[in-house]
Amino acid sequence: MRYSLLRILREAARGNRGWQPAWRDAEPRAAYDIVIVGGGGHGLATAYYLAKVHGLRRIAVLERDWIGSGNVGRNTTIIRSNYLLDGNIPFYEWSLKLWEGLEQELNYNAMVSQRGTLNLFHSDSQRDAFVRRGNAMRLHGVDAELLTIEQLRRRAPFLNFDDARFQIKGGLLQPRGGTVRHDAVAWGYARAASALGVDIIQNCEVTGINIAGDTVTGVETSRGTISAPRVGLACAGNSSRVAALAGLKLPIETHVLQAFVSEAVKPMIPGVITFGAGHFYISQSDKGGLVFGGSLDGYNSYAQRGNLPAVEDVCEGGMALMPFLGRVRLLRSWGGQMDMSMDGSPIIDRTPLDGLYLNAGWCYGGFKATPASGWCFAHLLAFDEPHPVASAYRLDRFATGHPLDEKGQGPHPNRQ
Amino acid sequence: MRIPCPYCGLRGHDEFAYHGDAAPLRPDPAAPNALAAFHDYLHLRDNPAGTLRELWYHGAGCQAWLIVERDTLTHAISRVEAAQRPGGDA
Repeated sequence: MRYSLLRILREAARGNRGWQPAWRDAEPRAAYDIVIVGGGGHGLATAYYLAKVHGLRRIAVLERDWIGSGNVGRNTTIIRSNYLLDGNIPFYEWSLKLWEGLEQELNYNAMVSQRGTLNLFHSDSQRDAFVRRGNAMRLHGVDAELLTIEQLRRRAPFLNFDDARFQIKGGLLQPRGGTVRHDAVAWGYARAASALGVDIIQNCEVTGINIAGDTVTGVETSRGTISAPRVGLACAGNSSRVAALAGLKLPIETHVLQAFVSEAVKPMIPGVITFGAGHFYISQSDKGGLVFGGSLDGYNSYAQRGNLPAVEDVCEGGMALMPFLGRVRLLRSWGGQMDMSMDGSPIIDRTPLDGLYLNAGWCYGGFKATPASGWCFAHLLAFDEPHPVASAYRLDRFATGHPLDEKGQGPHPNRQ
Repeated sequence: MRIPCPYCGLRGHDEFAYHGDAAPLRPDPAAPNALAAFHDYLHLRDNPAGTLRELWYHGAGCQAWLIVERDTLTHAISRVEAAQRPGGDA
């Protein structure tokens, strides 16, 4: 069923009795050509592009819970491509381009809203760093504008410009950045993939990976054995656990990142704003809630919940940047489990096992990457070679001395 | 989450700095397989969902290095002891 204004009017006239489920809740079959493990944004996007771009059929997405129950519904919904390194910018820019056409492509309202992503800076050295970043972006054809304090005062007059300690010196704006309704991304990809024949199988946990020699032959699941010559892992947050089923040890630790939403208030935050003197980022949902977050809690965790010191740190950052936040009531907070890689960058690559492919290590930046991650992982699964814009995301880059460390932090995942 | 420091008692985890899995030990740089061993030591992790023995440094307290046995699924701490150098003193 194609969604359109005409469809809405027709259904309204008929008492909304004609709507159908957006995707098929499929039963597992015994064999597929490609099995994707993980029914989050990345796995569903991968399945969609395999079917749409590469014309492949007999594809299954296996999800342990229900689709979208993991990180695709736990992030702070921000999209942007304001990276620094050559290995990253073209990938994230391709992702942003896919976001820009996503709703028309999927025929699904994902509320893609390009209201701008603004990174504030608070010292001369930080200005230099952001000028450098902006120049790197523009060299790759990405939009970036350095804003003066006067421009910032017009854009966001409520900021704490003259704070004695964290005075605002300017900002780097990516006008094409913004936010997307994250659940709708999972649902939109699921619906579009399902329409092309992809089987989306929920409540189906992968409990084993079957291997003959050095070749993957399929997976064991809580709903039976499924054979497939190609298996793609797209289960960031749990990548280490699933890869361990195939005897692989990954350059990844799992950490908790918390996010927060306030009660709904009138529109006040223009786009996404980040604080440069601490770790704090905020945007406002179309419903009115202020959506914000900060750093990792800083210790390994699969609990999908965090502790109070991180809550305090995030709220202190927010209060330093926009003191009116103290009058806003917090509605909810939650945690997601992050695949923290050893350089802060992801992995989209083959593995030492033939037929087993890995999409992992998204740290806390996976949501914005969803379309390009799916696009490039589909390319890898279809052709057995990396997509050009994801060619830096090698699994062996740590061993060969080619890490992609945007922050220059070194192999300390809890500090990335 | 509070960590029962053997010297200071029950303290908030924000008094401690986290140094991750305690299992990887610095390999011998003179060993013939040193390159591979250092890659494993620096980058590869078991990353278990369950019990993990990990290093915490009580920087805002007694400044001791501790080995904390903690469940990464629940955050429950089952054991805390002072870290020892392999075959040596604390």
